[in-house]
Amino acid sequence: MPSTLAAPRTRTGLALRDVTLTYPDGEQRLTALDEVSLEVAPGEFTAVVGPSGSGKSSLLAVAATLLRPDRGQVLLAGQDAGTLSDRARTTLRRDHLGIVFQQSNLLASLTAAEQLLVLADLRGERPARARSRAEELLASVGLDPAKQRRRPHQLSGGERQRVNIARALFGEPSVLLVDEPTSALDHERGAQIVDLLAEVTRVHRTATVMVTHDRALLGGVDRVLEMADGRLTVGQ
Amino acid sequence: MFVALRDIRFASGRFALMGAAVTLITTLVVFLYGLTGGLAAAASSTVAGLPADRIVFGAPAGAAPTVSFSSSTVSAEQQAGWSAGPGISAVEPFGLSMTRLTSDGPAASVSVLGVPGGLLPTLRSGAAPNDEQVAVGADTAAQNHLTVGQQVRIGPKTLTVSAITEPRSYAHAPTVWTTLPTWQALSGQSRPTALAITTGTGADLSALDQAQNTKAVTVDDALTGIDGYAAEQGSLQLIQGFLFAVSALVVGAFFTVWTIQRKPDIAVLKAVGASSAYLVRDALAQAAVVLLAGALLGGAAGAIGGAVASAGVPFDLSLASIAVPVVAMVLLGLLGAVLAVRRITAVDPIAALGANR
Repeated sequence: MPSTLAAPRTRTGLALRDVTLTYPDGEQRLTALDEVSLEVAPGEFTAVVGPSGSGKSSLLAVAATLLRPDRGQVLLAGQDAGTLSDRARTTLRRDHLGIVFQQSNLLASLTAAEQLLVLADLRGERPARARSRAEELLASVGLDPAKQRRRPHQLSGGERQRVNIARALFGEPSVLLVDEPTSALDHERGAQIVDLLAEVTRVHRTATVMVTHDRALLGGVDRVLEMADGRLTVGQ
Repeated sequence: MFVALRDIRFASGRFALMGAAVTLITTLVVFLYGLTGGLAAAASSTVAGLPADRIVFGAPAGAAPTVSFSSSTVSAEQQAGWSAGPGISAVEPFGLSMTRLTSDGPAASVSVLGVPGGLLPTLRSGAAPNDEQVAVGADTAAQNHLTVGQQVRIGPKTLTVSAITEPRSYAHAPTVWTTLPTWQALSGQSRPTALAITTGTGADLSALDQAQNTKAVTVDDALTGIDGYAAEQGSLQLIQGFLFAVSALVVGAFFTVWTIQRKPDIAVLKAVGASSAYLVRDALAQAAVVLLAGALLGGAAGAIGGAVASAGVPFDLSLASIAVPVVAMVLLGLLGAVLAVRRITAVDPIAALGANR
């Protein structure tokens, strides 16, 4: 991992305090998160493991400010996301959050480099500077210049996931949320991606939370938490 | 426009198909618009070009006056009553009828206007007709090889061509112009058809209408008094309206389907910080690009088609007749796109998480 990237800005990490989230289920409500508290410091790589339906995705959605919790606080970049308007939360995601999606979720019409440049367009960043940053970032996750000009269908699954990671890092986020990054990859490439995430967490000083069901790929993480029935416990 | 332009480049086939649909509809609308204008001119340019601001229709005693050139007659008393009316600057009686013109070729239908010199169109050559003389339009002169001083048969009378005028027509027949007495002689009618009046300040048209048993209308409204004019224009304008509605629906339907297909991408963009306003602007810019390209191409094709067709059919080939339908297509298409892309605001970014895609 090259260390030539610009020094990261001051980090604040992520904190969830007594977060409860319920869903409607007929006439009742299901509790997806039950008074969950979590603090992730800058440069810390935390994995949350658990079976399907345990609440991992809900935890990620709340941390990503995509869902408002019924109770509790979600502190991101020093702001309580639960009290912000939809527009303010969108801006908060744009400026302080990186999301590595499960299925890479790249836009079919954009090249690898353009997947990052669209974020620069959102921010009104100057195209020339943004292009150079995008090329540098993509190279740092292992995508050579020729592949940077390819569209998603012209890349392998592992390469798409690298672009996905680079896109999440492009906005220099203080928090990186990772959603099952290895689900579409074989074990070897999955391990490479987790190693890459551990590296970018260290280099970019992000507070990284990765939810996964794959316990075989947790070697590079700093901390493992278990999720079961909406509760978070320290893993083995 | 960042995503919009790249989507167009990536899905070029789909957007080309949509652009082609816009092009075809615009071509059709431009062609129809030009034809409507051309037919309107062929039916009404004689009346529309009269230098007056009101046309007064009359009726025989006991009958109610209607806006109809074929049934209107004006008596000398009515003319005198209007001339004496307050605020009336000028009253010019004119006669209007249909007949045929015979020269060295086959007979042709013409409309004959018996008018005072003040109602004549611009003369290209010659002088205003006196009794037993006629001024013919440039188109009629060209078709019948007529020149000033030549004899021509108008209905039952042989008249001398005194002038060549700007081409005018009434009820799709070219107009020839003569004096009111000569018109009365060749049409067999003793009374003029209507009055062309110019009003000044203080004119009370309703009171004069009531007093004289006449009906005064603006020149534009008088066009509906031309037989078949309202029905012809109404039919063509109805077809235009349908085409505009179809274009908005086609564009709206395309962008509705396109937006639904893009929902996963929209969810991802929202999840990474794109606002709904940014995404709606991007989508509308995309629609504008497709509409502008399609409508401009369609406008060009319609103009070329109109230029070719104008040799055989009345066609109004002016900048306005092309620009108006092109602009209308773009605006109505954008309206359809607005209704379609508002769905963007309802896309929930939560859909980007998990295995939803």
